Amino acid sequence: MTDASVPQNVAPPPAEVEDVELYHAHSWLTKYVFCQDAKVIAIQYAGTAITVGVLALVLSWVIRLQLAFPGAIPFIDASVYYQSVTMHGMIMVVYMLTAIFLGGFGNYLIPLMVGARDMVFPYVNMLSYWVYLIATLVLVSSYFVPGGPTGAGWTLYPPQSILTGTPGYDYGIILMLVSLILFIVGFTMGGLNYVVTVLQARTRGMTLMRMPLTVWGIFAAAVMALLAFPGLFVACVMLLLDRTLGTSFFMPSLVELGERKDYVGGSPILFQHLFWFFGHPEVYIVALPAFGIVSDLISVHARKNIFGYRMMVWAIIAIGVLSMVVWGHHMYVSGMDPWFGFFFAVTTLAIAVPTALKVYNWVLTLWHADIHFTTPMLFALGFLVTFVNGGITGLYLGNVIVDVPLSATLFVVAHFHMVMGIAPVLVIFGAIYHWYPKITGRMMDERLGKIHFWITFLGAYAIFFPMHYLGVLGMPRRFYEMGETAFVPASAATLNIVITVIALAVGFAQSIFFYNLFRSLKYGAPAGGNPWRAASLEWQTPETPPGHGNWGAHLPVVYRWPYAYSVPGAPEDYLPQNAPPMSGEHSP
Amino acid sequence: MTAEHVTTEHAMTEQTLRSRVLGVMADWSSDQRSFKSASWGKAMMWIFLVSDTFVFSCFLISYMTVRMSTTVEWPHPSEIFALDIGGKKIPLILIAIMTFDLITSSGTMAMAVNFAYARERKKAAILMLVTAFFGAAFVGMQAFEWTKLIHEGVRPWGNPFGAAQFGSSFFMITGFHGFHVSIGVIFLLIVARAVWRGDYDVGRPGFFTSRKGRYEIVEIMGLYWHFVDLVWVFIFAFFYLW
Repeated sequence: MTDASVPQNVAPPPAEVEDVELYHAHSWLTKYVFCQDAKVIAIQYAGTAITVGVLALVLSWVIRLQLAFPGAIPFIDASVYYQSVTMHGMIMVVYMLTAIFLGGFGNYLIPLMVGARDMVFPYVNMLSYWVYLIATLVLVSSYFVPGGPTGAGWTLYPPQSILTGTPGYDYGIILMLVSLILFIVGFTMGGLNYVVTVLQARTRGMTLMRMPLTVWGIFAAAVMALLAFPGLFVACVMLLLDRTLGTSFFMPSLVELGERKDYVGGSPILFQHLFWFFGHPEVYIVALPAFGIVSDLISVHARKNIFGYRMMVWAIIAIGVLSMVVWGHHMYVSGMDPWFGFFFAVTTLAIAVPTALKVYNWVLTLWHADIHFTTPMLFALGFLVTFVNGGITGLYLGNVIVDVPLSATLFVVAHFHMVMGIAPVLVIFGAIYHWYPKITGRMMDERLGKIHFWITFLGAYAIFFPMHYLGVLGMPRRFYEMGETAFVPASAATLNIVITVIALAVGFAQSIFFYNLFRSLKYGAPAGGNPWRAASLEWQTPETPPGHGNWGAHLPVVYRWPYAYSVPGAPEDYLPQNAPPMSGEHSP
Repeated sequence: MTAEHVTTEHAMTEQTLRSRVLGVMADWSSDQRSFKSASWGKAMMWIFLVSDTFVFSCFLISYMTVRMSTTVEWPHPSEIFALDIGGKKIPLILIAIMTFDLITSSGTMAMAVNFAYARERKKAAILMLVTAFFGAAFVGMQAFEWTKLIHEGVRPWGNPFGAAQFGSSFFMITGFHGFHVSIGVIFLLIVARAVWRGDYDVGRPGFFTSRKGRYEIVEIMGLYWHFVDLVWVFIFAFFYLW
């Protein structure tokens, strides 16, 4: 309850905590390599994530080439195909998307946006990156061991994943599990930092309800990750024991190639529960930061406050809570009690309510706004379209009875690539174009950016939209080759070729982005401190790029929310969060 | 007690509850910190412990699931975890001692926290060393228990007493818990040394972090230690008593 007679913008209370002592790097090594500054760690995280992401992109070409031209490319045999499917999925979901949103954008933006000097424990934050790097190296090293990486599919379902018939049985699966365990250990160190920084290290005047939605999204995702990754951690430890010591946690008695294995009495379904207890929240660990970032991009580039800020925050929290109790919808076809199916279907469809609310609020933010079609804005709009598309197919798959026939088809591939592949990646691009001027002090080229956007957006649509049709036709996912299949018409093969050609082209077109990214470092137009005229705190730093400690001598004091755009009577059309209050102002 | 008295008391508790709820709401709608009395380190340890609770819960739930899924009978814990003492088989005696040992260590840890805040450095350090000793003794007894079971033929992949999952779950869960205790012992020794030297009085920067520590680290250490103790109570109940 706020009392209307009390002015809302009174000076914030005095500082509760004394200013932190920061570690000051003395050598090149501690300044740029073993660095404790969250901004450098962010770039290290993002650089590593994008590097493995490019590897995963190349792997997707292998998958597409096989689907379009079965058997035509000599080096793609069944093992290589399955290994590519597995590594593509695992890298993209865990090592690329999770790492870049939380480790990359989280590290860079959280301290700047809440007005902190750094993360609360910079040393632990640094360790987080190095453990993550080791995890990725262990993962990639599986390409250099006999048998290659595992081909179990990214879900790693036992018993199949640790039987001798699966590619990478010898070392690949072990390296995969060890790498995941390391990733979770490293992520926990980072995640604790993000959560505590948001909760305990905000500057004066920065209440939770004055935080940009980017911070809310990353914060909620970090909390969820701390609760969901334990499921994967335990699953990996137990699967590793099953594989190396011959325990039978997940392995029932079974016969392989006419030989009875020593396993007895384990529960394969247990692995699925543990895996999806992580796996479903993981979707939102990726999506919530994207939601947050897209809200900020839309608001800044439409020069309008975000519509329904409080609803947006509560929607993020509601999605986070609900997503922890829906994991069973990945297991409809594994066989479950119909009442559980009913429960999981209801919770799954209930997520549509807060999600739709967010979409409406984005659209209403755009309504009658002063929309600037900058590259970040284009990517944000692209996100809206692909996300709605993927969200609607999610309603199909959330229903048990519709899911059962569709679950093992390309329809699912189309759905999750739309909703958690393309949509978050578009946000990542938009966010890079948006914050690049703050990170480097130079603008990225707008013309190249727009070319990059249209190729990526239209291309991604052309790749994944036809897959819905292929899925409805019944074309199965994960099959190395179709063989003689009466129910799939010949035209499906033509469509597969079209998709593959576009996928190759869109993949290569990403070089436009990398060219722009590196060229702008040197030749980009100088950006100044706040080229987008944005109100949130990260654009108000005394230096650009922000120096060590972010804020110079004094921490900023916040007087309003970060969405004070098109304010009547303001000297410019926006009011930065730390500008002293105007008389008669009514910002939250 | 008159009826009027009861009503007033009821009103009082309702009012305190109300003011407390309002207090929490005020903290969460304020700037700077959401947990007003918690430092960064303490908040971080609490949140880590929530995450770690999920890890242990997943382990214990998985153990219960495989105990249900296995087709072979589960070995009887009170017979397997019995010791021959003076010609008599005493069930769960070692586990009882281990549990007593760990709970005692929680007591000495709490005393160490108290003395640390009172700036009685030597007493605090000694009590932390005592805590570490109890912790090390716990791990030692666990090693003894493992050795005994291994001699009796219990392996992670099978055992002569019944379901293979018994050995798998036992080694995995007690191993993971013992790992937590060992980490705790190591950090107790490090912090005890720093308290003994008076690092937190002179503000000596940490070896790795180069940040000045505070006596609060003893309490944070204590949070972890009590958590590990609490987890053991659950393992004791679900694995040994069930």
